[in-house]
Amino acid sequence: MSQRPSARIWLTLIYIFLIIFSVITLIPFFWMFSASLKENTDFFSSLFLPTGDGFLGIAWDRLTLKHFYNLFTEIGIGQAVLNSIFLASSTSVLATICSAMGGYALSKYQFGARTFITTMVLSALIIPGPLLLAPGYQLLYNLGLLNSYAGLILPHLAPAFGVFLFRQAMLNAVPGELLESARIDGAGEIRIFFTMVIPIVRPMIGAYLIITFLASWNNFITPQIVLQSPEKLPLAVAINNLKGVYAEDYGMLMAGTVISVAPMLILFLLMQKEFISGLTSGAVKG
Amino acid sequence: MKRFRTTPIWAPWFFMGPFLFVFLTFTTYPLFQSIVLAVQQTFGPEYSAFVGLENFRFLLSDPRFWKALKNTAFFASGSICIQLPIALALAMLLNRPSLKGRALFRLVFFAPSLIGMVFVGMIFRLIFEKRTGLLNVVLHSIFPAFDLEFPWLDTYLMPALILAALWMHAGFYMVFFLAALQNVSKDQLEAASIDGAGPWQRFRHVILPAIAPVASFICLLSIIGSFQLFELPYVLLDNTGGPQDRGLTIVMYLYETGFEIGDLGYASAIGWVLALILVGLATIQRTFSRKEEQ
Repeated sequence: MSQRPSARIWLTLIYIFLIIFSVITLIPFFWMFSASLKENTDFFSSLFLPTGDGFLGIAWDRLTLKHFYNLFTEIGIGQAVLNSIFLASSTSVLATICSAMGGYALSKYQFGARTFITTMVLSALIIPGPLLLAPGYQLLYNLGLLNSYAGLILPHLAPAFGVFLFRQAMLNAVPGELLESARIDGAGEIRIFFTMVIPIVRPMIGAYLIITFLASWNNFITPQIVLQSPEKLPLAVAINNLKGVYAEDYGMLMAGTVISVAPMLILFLLMQKEFISGLTSGAVKG
Repeated sequence: MKRFRTTPIWAPWFFMGPFLFVFLTFTTYPLFQSIVLAVQQTFGPEYSAFVGLENFRFLLSDPRFWKALKNTAFFASGSICIQLPIALALAMLLNRPSLKGRALFRLVFFAPSLIGMVFVGMIFRLIFEKRTGLLNVVLHSIFPAFDLEFPWLDTYLMPALILAALWMHAGFYMVFFLAALQNVSKDQLEAASIDGAGPWQRFRHVILPAIAPVASFICLLSIIGSFQLFELPYVLLDNTGGPQDRGLTIVMYLYETGFEIGDLGYASAIGWVLALILVGLATIQRTFSRKEEQ
């Protein structure tokens, strides 16, 4: 198909603009990666990778993995990585199951309190998180859950946001006749949920798993308040604390940030399609 | 005869159970407790004294709270006025079938929003540095008149915060706009073209009305997020409000009073003012979007 010349120029301009914007978007990532790979002396003498006479004008032999090595051997960042993985995976799995269960009850059962609970879920979405910080802290103190993972996971076990998302998804996607015929065939309620309902909303499950995993991995303020022992801290808090002790060691700070950021980027690359469709579905359907 | 079986009474409550338990314990109870705390002065979770509405009276004449409110409102309006138009523009550029590499561009623009604010703060803390920071070095090499000592993390803290937030969120909102643009009717666009409508007129009279509901929802989302800004300035400014509290936000002030000073009562009062502001803004948004629908 031939295009009018003006349309082609227009398209070229759009490409140029998009490429420039992509480069600007990627530069901070590239800066972080290159700072984590060079000696602190090279940090000040070169903007990105150290220049020299190697391939592409870069002194490849001056690159080093010592910041990563130091982080794992001297600082013990491995513990924080494990803590983050444990917290994020347990929170996301539990929150997804509980949200799907709640959404199922609200969309597929007729019971007296349904309208009331739905209103409750909707109004819970308006409550700003920071309002609950102080009373939440006091509650965890009274329950003896400060400085414990239970104190971090329990409050995020069944978010209203998730219940709402799954209610919206199941309202139309799960046909009532299917559930009825399964019941007539003698299937139990719990079996129906796990073997029939869950597979139907599988894309939503995947998307919500990633959303909650990311949210938990990136959460800072709650673990900062709830946890005290250094060996329990997740990456977000541990990296910020690192900054207090090694303020001048830019290479190490960026290596720590790479360790925290890279897994999320890889996870997203693997599951981006499900993630984006799940993220926008609630908003666009209204 | 087939026995007709209805759903057992316990079933919805079984599925609702985890949510109800968590919601009542960790949302409803703390919500009421935050009212109780707001009329107390506390020192840590154990020692407290009833002070009535003294917290709110003090809050109204607290210069640091007003500074925090001013900073937060400035950040929120700044980021909305810059982030959302750029996000919409990116979405409209990407929303054409003839464009190759759409998925790749979308991936690149969206990537920064996967990173937690703490980590964004860690990266931009070095980018905004005087003399060695990426931003100043690049700007200085393009415009030699640009001062290498340009104080991003001091005098120009607010533009710096808005810039970092723009990098982080533009792609996130772009994805929502892209989804909304799928609702724009192709027939209407074509009809408008045939009637001689230019690009601006088509945008104003066809595209904008079609994406208005999602756009106003995104605005609200962005305002709510901006008003809860905490980690980014907290990390950029090494756990302080910055020189002369230039980067102090409402949630930072709440955190400082509640968890550094230990006055959970005053922190709850700040939390309630924040909640009232957000509920007020949400009400305004709802009234506006209702009017649009009529």
